[in-house]
Amino acid sequence: MAEEMRVLLEYADKINPESADEYVKVGGYVGLEKARQMEINDLIQEVKSSGLRGRGGAGFNAGMKWSFVPKNAEIKYVVCNLDEGEPGTYKDRIICEKNAQALLEGMAICGRAIGSNQGYIYCRGEYPFTVKLLKNAIQSAKELGALGDFNIEVRMGAGAYVCGEETALIESIEGHRGEPRFKPPFPGVAGLWGVPTVVNNVETFACLPSILTKGSAWFAGIGAAKYPGTKIVTLTGDAVNTTFFEVPTDYILRDVIYKLGGGVKGGKKLKAVQVGGTSGSFIPEQNLDTQIDFDSMGAIGAALGSGAVLVLDETRDIVDIVTRISKFFEHESCGKCNPCREGTFRCREIMEKINAGKASQKDIDNLLLLTRVMQKAALCGLGQAAPFPIQSTIKHFAHEYARKIV
Amino acid sequence: MIKLTVNGREIQVPKGTMVLDACQQAGADVPTLCYDPDLKLAGSCRMCVVEAKGRPNLMAACVSPAENGMVIETESPDVVESRKIILELLLARHKLECHTCEKDGSCKLQDYCYRYGVTDSRYAGQGAHFGMEDPNPFFKRDYDKCIICTRCVRVCDEITGAQAINVKERGHHAKIATVFDGKLDDSSCVFCGQCVMVCPVGALTSKVSAGKGKSYQTQNVLTTCTYCGTGCTFELNVKDDHVVGVTSVRESEFSPVNKGALCVKGRFGWDFIESKERLTTPLIRENGELRPASWDEALDYAANKIKAIKEKDGPDSLALFSSARATNEENYLAQKLFRAAIGTNNVDHCARL
Amino acid sequence: MTNSINELEKDATAIFVIGTNTTDNHPVIGYKIRKNVRFNGAKLIVADPRRIELSNIADVDLRFRPGTDVALVNAMMNVIITEGLEDKDFIANRTENYEELVKVVEKYPPQLVAQICGVDAEDIRKAARIYATAERGSICYAMGLTQHSTGTDNVKTMCNLALLTGNLGKPGTGVNPLRGQNNVQGACDMGALPVVYPAYQAVTNAEVREKFEKFWGVPLSPNNGLTIPDVVDKAHHGEIKGLMVFGENPMVSDPDLHHVGEAMDNLELLIVQDIFLTETAMKAHVVFPGVTFAEKNGTFSNTERRVQRVRQAITPKGDAHQDWQILCDLSNRLGYPMNYSSPEDIFAEIRKVTPSYAGISYQRIEKTGIHWPCPNEEHPGTPVLHGEKFNRGLGLFHAIEFKEAYELPDAEYPLILSTGRSLFHYHTGTMTRRSSALNEFMPSNEVQVNPETAARLDIVDNEMVKLITRRGYIEVKTHVTEMVPDGVVFTFFHFSEAAANVLTQAKCLDPVAKIPEYKVSAARIEKI
Repeated sequence: MAEEMRVLLEYADKINPESADEYVKVGGYVGLEKARQMEINDLIQEVKSSGLRGRGGAGFNAGMKWSFVPKNAEIKYVVCNLDEGEPGTYKDRIICEKNAQALLEGMAICGRAIGSNQGYIYCRGEYPFTVKLLKNAIQSAKELGALGDFNIEVRMGAGAYVCGEETALIESIEGHRGEPRFKPPFPGVAGLWGVPTVVNNVETFACLPSILTKGSAWFAGIGAAKYPGTKIVTLTGDAVNTTFFEVPTDYILRDVIYKLGGGVKGGKKLKAVQVGGTSGSFIPEQNLDTQIDFDSMGAIGAALGSGAVLVLDETRDIVDIVTRISKFFEHESCGKCNPCREGTFRCREIMEKINAGKASQKDIDNLLLLTRVMQKAALCGLGQAAPFPIQSTIKHFAHEYARKIV
Repeated sequence: MIKLTVNGREIQVPKGTMVLDACQQAGADVPTLCYDPDLKLAGSCRMCVVEAKGRPNLMAACVSPAENGMVIETESPDVVESRKIILELLLARHKLECHTCEKDGSCKLQDYCYRYGVTDSRYAGQGAHFGMEDPNPFFKRDYDKCIICTRCVRVCDEITGAQAINVKERGHHAKIATVFDGKLDDSSCVFCGQCVMVCPVGALTSKVSAGKGKSYQTQNVLTTCTYCGTGCTFELNVKDDHVVGVTSVRESEFSPVNKGALCVKGRFGWDFIESKERLTTPLIRENGELRPASWDEALDYAANKIKAIKEKDGPDSLALFSSARATNEENYLAQKLFRAAIGTNNVDHCARL
Repeated sequence: MTNSINELEKDATAIFVIGTNTTDNHPVIGYKIRKNVRFNGAKLIVADPRRIELSNIADVDLRFRPGTDVALVNAMMNVIITEGLEDKDFIANRTENYEELVKVVEKYPPQLVAQICGVDAEDIRKAARIYATAERGSICYAMGLTQHSTGTDNVKTMCNLALLTGNLGKPGTGVNPLRGQNNVQGACDMGALPVVYPAYQAVTNAEVREKFEKFWGVPLSPNNGLTIPDVVDKAHHGEIKGLMVFGENPMVSDPDLHHVGEAMDNLELLIVQDIFLTETAMKAHVVFPGVTFAEKNGTFSNTERRVQRVRQAITPKGDAHQDWQILCDLSNRLGYPMNYSSPEDIFAEIRKVTPSYAGISYQRIEKTGIHWPCPNEEHPGTPVLHGEKFNRGLGLFHAIEFKEAYELPDAEYPLILSTGRSLFHYHTGTMTRRSSALNEFMPSNEVQVNPETAARLDIVDNEMVKLITRRGYIEVKTHVTEMVPDGVVFTFFHFSEAAANVLTQAKCLDPVAKIPEYKVSAARIEKI
């Protein structure tokens, strides 16, 4: 593991993640203390200058996001997105299990920056043990007085993928159906219960303590210039070492798979990699020498997303896999907007038809037309991104489709 | 003021104006299904998508605030393609029976399919089917025609305040339901039919009007409700000199009290007008029985008796119960009849009852 | 209403609803109140013996014993005065007789009244504070307040409360009776009352009478006429010989139907003008077929005094005639010529003798109705009354003592019976029971019984029982529900086959308004 660069996971398995005392002993809560002594504007500027961009998938500059929050609002909230629903993604769980106090500290720093004393962690329903861990961690931090007047509550999701979308997440915390809201207004202006709310990913919050402690310049100097810092990737599928790694963001995909991941299992050839979870594009072998930062991935028509890396070896049936993925999106569409509600259903129907060898080129044309409209016209990221696996595989693996068409 | 360009036309709108309204102001007719000016925005049907130059995705005009310098196209190839596909997706699950549908002629789905030349759907396949399950006598729920625009959900919550329905299940299987998906009668539904009023398709239609005439066959007459004292206004739908329904007028100019909202009696309690039990001829009691009579006979009978009683016992031995249901004009004449023609102040009506 | 309906949705910051189940009886007004409370944060006080729909969103829900309205509201005023929450400027500038009010109200401290009314004293205080401290407080009531032997006292007490807190003359305030019938306001405005001509001009006022004599061209009676209950009584005694009933159905709507039936049978002449052969028409000597609202032109005046158009949509059924024409034809035969070309022609005459309608014309209300008073064609109408001054000048406080209802429960009749309306029917059911959907949905009457009462009587939900008072009994099915409190039962009056008014009493009416006490009768239930 020599090539990893551990910042967030520096003390993984060396300290008890629930214990604020142990965290403090390794330099924890120094960043928050520093933040408290800074002017608000300087604090936000410091985070902006670090170049930290959202690790949930959208890649928006965190400090910039905070700066949109109206200063004069009486009540504001900090919300942590721990609804880690992308299949193959578990980095947020790992951060909690290895370094929960850093998440809490990061949220409190954000609270300081935007003038909020209430945070919520929205934890996915499949992580009940994480909820327990976080509650203990919050208790420990409170007992130590580390969070000051910043209060954090943990709310649990009920298993809906779409609740990873920040506005659907907010609806869910409010007790409503998990359905996304239209934007604007953005949560920064009108979020949870209608008041300004910053929603950031676990990994984003967890970066903050070290940025404050070691300085924005230090952080900005790590990895890719436009997407600095480290990124935790979770390797799954047909790789040898299917586990998590923390690497600088200028690390290339090939090295994730072949150096850290030990290559493809059984010495087989690699067929494709899907990065960023189920809604990610499929990347062919020839694009593996791409840095894993947000912009480099975008340049090859893929997305870093949550940082999941799914390796598929040469024996895998791409059409079959995409059919399963389309079933996943049909199941997870909330049903609010027409293009996604009906589109994901029809995508699955057509993919099944193709996979069963009953489709014609006309069906593929119809499918491409449908996915184009979903991408352009759906309300939220789910419907806009659900087409990516279909579109990217039809583009890069056309022959696999051709084989199944009548 | 905000300056923007819609279909090449530069316009100015006040800050806070939505792109949809700006388009309307610029003379562009942007289609909508889930949008209702009196309800909270949903932004979900995506029919109103328009293209804004420089943005990667289309924007839903109804929920997008107009911004300075925006360049909007409302019928660009991308926009038209999206609307056609959205219509095809809706058609793929829509029970197409326009020939017998109550909403034929006033259905937005039908109108837009016509407008964009969508004859059938290339996405027709399997799909969810929802039976017509509700036994209430007021309106039919045919969810095989529902397009999940949620206007019914919102109007039930925001205007009536009954909160009887919401969306159940997710994705393609989403449907409008009461709590536990039961009968409306077992929910907090008050059968006001506001949902029928806002439904843009044939999913919710009046059972009382069923089969009696389509919207383009009726003349509509604005009038005031005959029930309680609220004074709601609505339109009586008339076909071949028969009342066949009641529909809302939602503009406050014509409906200042209720803005189209009604209750179960106003919306569904009108067919007494056409009842076979209506009195259609004067009656006179003879040998203990009421028998049909001519108007002259009946009026003479009444007038002679009144005159006789007045002569014998004086005008104060006669009295009138006038009507809290009759018009001002009729009440005026009735009291004038007793005061001036007969000579008594024994005039009252059931204001206390 | 002193104020207008839409103010309840937008302007009122606190609404005190007493004796009106508005979501059932004026549903659209109910929607507006609910909207204001749910979306604008208006405070809501509900005072009703029953747990009505609005109770669910009320800040204070006072489920008080039927007939104790004066005590309850006097106690609220006691709190307001004790805590100094009264509007001193308003009292000083716009009212008189305040000292008398103070003297009476002193006798009604909340802890004492709590026992009379069966509510929590703290709730009375809370309600008083909410209403008194509201920026704009509105009072809404209906027959739950008025249909008592103390109905007039009850209404005056609500006026006291509004005067005490200055909640009059501004948008979102007022004393607002929500009237139950489409044109009950208009019928009153038009002088379909025994003591006034149109626009509430007294028949006993010689000057007024002369004006009308001149206008109508005949001498007029200087004596007050008889109210409906008095007419019924006098018909019973044989003093009233002839009665014309136009669009009413006393054989279902009036108290003590046995008594009413005997009175009708005693008449030498009963003329009924209606659209159906009603229970009253069945007793008539001559019946004139009139027309429904769908077949006529004219105007209705709603509960907020807005005069709106009624338009003819279809031709009259069969040989039915326009009601105004029938009245003219009869008058002409009586030797008093009435010749009008149309309802608009009649309205033109109304404007001349009705100062509050003088500025209203069919042309002006073609689209939007106008609130009277509207004295001239330039006047926009008056949505809010009493802005500068009251009709009599200063607002008069009335010192009112609490009096118990006439017929209280006893060992033989241990329950309190209240009657009223259902959402699904209207008045005597003449129209709604012939509306297919409404009658299918609710084809028969019910008596609402609290589960504890039911348990004591060993009756269950949906069981046919005998509901009995001193006047008689009806057979009706039970609806066991917590909507009614223990010891109180409630039934609807729409159903002639199980007519609530068989049970009600006509002996003790409100002495001023002659309104019957439909909200309190002593009753008992027997198993069948």
